[in-house]
Amino acid sequence: MLSNFPLWPEQASTTAGHVDALYVFLLIVTGMMTLLIFICLVYFAARFRSRPGVRAEQIEGSTPLEITWSLIPFLIFMVIFAWGAVVYFKERTPPADATEVYVVAKQWMWKLEHAEGQREINELHVPVGRDVKLIMTSQDVIHSFYIPAFRIKQDVLPGRYTVEWFRATKPGTYHLFCAEYCGTQHSGMVGDIVVMAPAQYEAWMNGGSTGPLSATGEKIFAELGCSTCHRGDTQGRGPNLQGVFGKPVQLEDGRTVTADENYVRECILDPGAKRVKGFQPIMPTFQGLVSEEQVNALVAYIKSISADKGEAKTSASTAAPGVQKSAEPNGSQVQ
Amino acid sequence: MPTPTPQPERENYLNKHYGVWSWLLTTDHKRIALLYLVSITFFFFIGGFFALLIRLELLTPAGDLVQADTYNKLFTMHGMVMVFFFLIPSIPAVLGNFLVPLMIGAKDLAFPRINLLSWYLYIIGGAMMLHCMLTGGVDTGWTFYAPFATNFTNTKIVEAALAIFVAGFSSILTGLNFVVTIHRMRAPGMTWSRLPLFIWAHYATSIIQLLGTPVIAVTIVLVAAERALHLGIFDPKLGGDPLLFQHLFWFYSHPAVYIMILPAMGVVTEIIACFSRKRIFGYSFVAFSSIAIAVFGFLVWAHHMFVAGMSVYAALVFSLLSYAVAIPSAIKVFNWTATLYKGSIHYDAPMLYAFGFLGLFTIGGLTGLFLAALGIDVHVTDTYFVVAHFHYIMVGGAVMGYLGGMHFWWPKISGKLYPEGWARLAALIVFIGFNLTFFPQFLLGYMGMPRRYYDYSHMPEFQVLNVLSTAGATVLGVGYLLPMLYFLWSMRYGKPAPDNPWNAAGLEWKTSSPPTTFNFEVEPLVTWEAYNYEDLDASH
Repeated sequence: MLSNFPLWPEQASTTAGHVDALYVFLLIVTGMMTLLIFICLVYFAARFRSRPGVRAEQIEGSTPLEITWSLIPFLIFMVIFAWGAVVYFKERTPPADATEVYVVAKQWMWKLEHAEGQREINELHVPVGRDVKLIMTSQDVIHSFYIPAFRIKQDVLPGRYTVEWFRATKPGTYHLFCAEYCGTQHSGMVGDIVVMAPAQYEAWMNGGSTGPLSATGEKIFAELGCSTCHRGDTQGRGPNLQGVFGKPVQLEDGRTVTADENYVRECILDPGAKRVKGFQPIMPTFQGLVSEEQVNALVAYIKSISADKGEAKTSASTAAPGVQKSAEPNGSQVQ
Repeated sequence: MPTPTPQPERENYLNKHYGVWSWLLTTDHKRIALLYLVSITFFFFIGGFFALLIRLELLTPAGDLVQADTYNKLFTMHGMVMVFFFLIPSIPAVLGNFLVPLMIGAKDLAFPRINLLSWYLYIIGGAMMLHCMLTGGVDTGWTFYAPFATNFTNTKIVEAALAIFVAGFSSILTGLNFVVTIHRMRAPGMTWSRLPLFIWAHYATSIIQLLGTPVIAVTIVLVAAERALHLGIFDPKLGGDPLLFQHLFWFYSHPAVYIMILPAMGVVTEIIACFSRKRIFGYSFVAFSSIAIAVFGFLVWAHHMFVAGMSVYAALVFSLLSYAVAIPSAIKVFNWTATLYKGSIHYDAPMLYAFGFLGLFTIGGLTGLFLAALGIDVHVTDTYFVVAHFHYIMVGGAVMGYLGGMHFWWPKISGKLYPEGWARLAALIVFIGFNLTFFPQFLLGYMGMPRRYYDYSHMPEFQVLNVLSTAGATVLGVGYLLPMLYFLWSMRYGKPAPDNPWNAAGLEWKTSSPPTTFNFEVEPLVTWEAYNYEDLDASH
């Protein structure tokens, strides 16, 4: 039994080491505080137990002491705060050149699609030593994408993208949990993260791909007629989308936003909300007409036509022939 | 402790009137306290029963005892019953109701009929909650997260929400009554600096009840409106924002934790002073730390949302403020510890509970530092680490304080002495059972076991710790049953209690046990400072 009785989770990402280091530091600091208090309690309780003829000695208090035991913990707390904040900042800032995987959560499964086109359910294959960025949304309620061995977790919300990233450090199979309660089969919304050596990963990637996600997106872009207005020149009735992604966009109402995944998504589903300066509100909403997977593909496509040359390999020019646009069987009805 | 000879049966609040109506229509704060005592004990054992079923289900990795939906309802109803129908009313509505007027030398609370109304609102809310549970229950978790609660579950959300809405008004009215009473009804000479720290704690608690509870009421109405009328508030499908729900919910529900723990801190302060025979160390720091907790407690709600999709910068601010709220709690622990120094310490049952409180609250508080650290919270939030942490505060802290207070004031409340040996044994069993139940959950949480999992057959490596936890829960259950049994026993067979069995300071001990209906024969005139144990012990 004891052989199967681990007390420490596996460390399998770059983040895990950072989190564990802080955790150990906290264990030591709070352990010492606990010990200090418990020793005082036990010592006082024993030393000053009531004895006949011995009265308690009244002590009013001591402002210097109060200040000491407020300030010292405060300073310690500030160290913990700052350390925690640094770790968090790293956790929440995906590296720019990370491999992208789109995640769609639904009651009660995880649907994952690699930018290169592989689709998976409740399983994610990733290479060791490469940054992977998950761009996640939910079809229904709030879920949470949690990989204990990587020490990362991020809620997955309906109606927007949230992002998390990791770099796996050790080949193996690790738990994937849904950590935000989501209904009947919440505890069944689990899966595996399979971390593979680069060579094995390449082999895995070469099997069963349907072509890059951006190519699927380009096809949808054409089918939905997006290209009629969003032309590759300045003559279109909608903005030219080449080179837009990741850049600031001037809005009609005077604000400026960055064209990130959430902005592109919002423009597809609620075009009137943040209209680009100089364009008429003529675009219809695609809410209800495209599935979460199709939105993901469109976002991937719009990204690909903004990418610089180095990354352009995922763009349409390399699209495999015979791209299928259909989603998997039970996935695509939109909210 | 010296025990003066008990007096023969005198007229008191218990024997002045008889009959059901003399209880149901009473405006005596002491009788209303007993009405609350019976009602919250009822809900405590219902909530405890749910907890026991949860622990039994988790004994094995597979989901084999109940259905998944049943399990989800069990933890939901466990949370709702324990939070809204036990913990929030526990100390304020029972011990606070009984003691606030006695401690400040008043005849009753400022609004005796509103006090009775608050109990009826609690009972109406409780009856609605019972009806809801008996006719299907709710499966959202006590947190009601949208859009699951508003548009996905098909359980009885609106009814449960209304039950909590009604019970919330009971809490508001109690808070209102305390604030007015403490301001307006203090006996001559009972200045703010002479108030027992129990009163300061309840004053701080009442401020939170008054300012916080309306927010959960509004939130609940919005949930019901979205669910029943499909107004788009929280569900993005309807144009709403699910994070708005979480902000509103935690704006009340985080301060609500302080509604539970502050009164327990007040109780423990009284017990430690009495059983070390000392004025509390740093009186004004302990008093103002209660107010500081109430104020800062309103500024940390979003630390429940570090992975919810909130801005990184907002997370930084809320993490920082969470450390700020930890300081006044630390100040309290240090002052309690310092009070023991050079005391004359007695180990009666209330003091054992107070020691238990100190140990468990310290662990609960310090593990809060882990959760406030952003980088660690990402890993452990929504796991058993959080479950363990808040049980250390809400059960290890609040319930230990409640039980300690019940033992300390039982002679005053009932006029009878409880059996000391049994009480010490129960304190020990509760302490051991509690740690055995919840300490393994810290380990489970850091290993990554998510909370609210009905079935963990995907990760059978978690079983050993779960078995330990379930074993502990059984021990804890015994520990909780014991006091109920011997308190009931003592009402009939217990020795009559003298007016001041502990030779304790405080006006409540200067009147008879049990007190008369209007508490004091003559309005007291206070000429001494709080915790004048030196004078009390000198006269013996």
